[in-house]
Amino acid sequence: MNSTMESESNVATIHPASEPDYLPVAELRKLQLQRLQAVVTRAWQHVKLFRSRMDERGLSPEDVRSLDDIQKLPFTKKVDLRDTYPFGLIASPMEDVVRLHVSSGTTGKPIVVAYTKQDLDVWTSVAMRCLAGCGLHRGDIIQIAYGYGLFTGGLGAHYGAEALGATVVPASAGKADRQIMLMKDFGVTAMCCTPSYFLHLIECAESMGLDMKDLPIRAGIFGAEPWTDSMRKHIEKKSGIEAFDIYGLSEIIGPGVGCECRQHDGLHIFEDHFYPEVIDPETGETQPDGSEGELVLTTLNKQAMPMIRYRTRDITRILPGVCACGRTLRRIDRIGRRSDDMIIVRGINIFPSQVETALLAVEGTLPHYQIVLTREHGLDKMEVRVEVTAQMFTDKIGALQSLHDKLQGALDRVLGIRVRISLVEANTIERSEGKAKRVIDRRSL
Amino acid sequence: MKIHQISLFIENKPGHIAAPARLLAEAGVDIRALYLADTQQYGILLFIVSDWEKAEKTLEAHGYVVKVTDVLAIIVTDRPGGLADVLGALDGTGLNIEYMYAFSDVRGDEAILIFRFADTDAAIASLQAAGVKLMTSKELLKN
Repeated sequence: MNSTMESESNVATIHPASEPDYLPVAELRKLQLQRLQAVVTRAWQHVKLFRSRMDERGLSPEDVRSLDDIQKLPFTKKVDLRDTYPFGLIASPMEDVVRLHVSSGTTGKPIVVAYTKQDLDVWTSVAMRCLAGCGLHRGDIIQIAYGYGLFTGGLGAHYGAEALGATVVPASAGKADRQIMLMKDFGVTAMCCTPSYFLHLIECAESMGLDMKDLPIRAGIFGAEPWTDSMRKHIEKKSGIEAFDIYGLSEIIGPGVGCECRQHDGLHIFEDHFYPEVIDPETGETQPDGSEGELVLTTLNKQAMPMIRYRTRDITRILPGVCACGRTLRRIDRIGRRSDDMIIVRGINIFPSQVETALLAVEGTLPHYQIVLTREHGLDKMEVRVEVTAQMFTDKIGALQSLHDKLQGALDRVLGIRVRISLVEANTIERSEGKAKRVIDRRSL
Repeated sequence: MKIHQISLFIENKPGHIAAPARLLAEAGVDIRALYLADTQQYGILLFIVSDWEKAEKTLEAHGYVVKVTDVLAIIVTDRPGGLADVLGALDGTGLNIEYMYAFSDVRGDEAILIFRFADTDAAIASLQAAGVKLMTSKELLKN
């Protein structure tokens, strides 16, 4: 009894929120250049780190005369956000900053992202354009099962859905039985969550004797972790919904940097706000459209925290040609892998180096360790196996238990998610060429 | 008075006790006493062996993390009240016991208690002052 997408005529009608998606290319490029010049000027005036890097290259904002001139500008990396923690990259007076979100950095230190009122408006507008592109509108009932809080997922999707005029159910993450009850009782028509969590919901519904196909839900907007087309087919077949891939990262704005339209042929980047480039991650050279490389994004009109040429570490390519949907926005391929060792567990970014930081903090030395990722009932599980070294070992079981508790506490604090810690015998973690393999990912996508 | 005890970290999985025991057997080391302190996930295997240096070397050569600790052995007459007498004497000393285990000596009418104290030297002094008989490692390991 899945309702079809309202009426077919509605699909052809452009949702008012989506109008910028169809700007004529020449106009879009002109707008991008104006905004690029303004944001570079803003960062140059207010962000010490950016200015010093420009100075090193003998550059000033006036050197940006065309969009191609972006290639001269220095990159911004995640480590820059960590090193300037908390407010070193903020380009607005603090009293203009109305929101802070926190994401994980490459070591124990988190990174902070800041928004002015206008930044939040931009975020809301792009999140709304994502949902509109997925065929959602006023009248839809949208359940948000991303975590609400410091993580950008929940609130980002929330305000977009609200601005769209939809009815929003801010369920946040977890409590699958309740999620399904809400979906059923409220007649939820669309769900925003991670794809793995939706798989879990499908299974939970089954165990409750419910077939997702019998519920009114017709669309899922899934992101915050990589997933494949085969997972999409599986979800669509099991639940009868249409599954969309949404892309975003806190450093740029949060969810809403890009999203699939109903063609499902790549993700449109909201280029009027985020300028995409693909570079060779080794050389930093810009790649032509169609070539695979690391996605680099520049926020074209962010006030509180302009990101100039931010290296996302996500590997993709800019798809050549235009989308059948008629949007002029360029598209990227779905993200399948990264150029660093970041792993995504339940939508949370985790670096093995964070685990090292926590282990070091407890023991003062770094034992061999291994991260094992599995997926149980659609939920990611992370186990950290730690070899018991001579330095850690004691003949007293109570001391080992307290070591275990200390490791648990340190990892929970640094990672922000619950992990299972296993103390294992020395020399039992397999090593290749003398080096332990740090991450074993047994999750099937 | 001090007895050298060998301790090993092991995972709580099938076969993880047998493996070190087999290694010791192959090295000709006799296991006089064995005790396991464990949780659901892992455990500590404690051994008193005929040749602790050989045992340590053998196990370390096979990748085990081995710790050698000083413990004390107390003989208890194998009769009702024998244990209570010793524990009563211990109570009076105020010594801090990390852990203990017991085994009975099949050759005689005595049971042997192994104690791991927080401060072994202080324990020796207090126990001797209280008239408790401590075994030497020679006595403990005699055939």
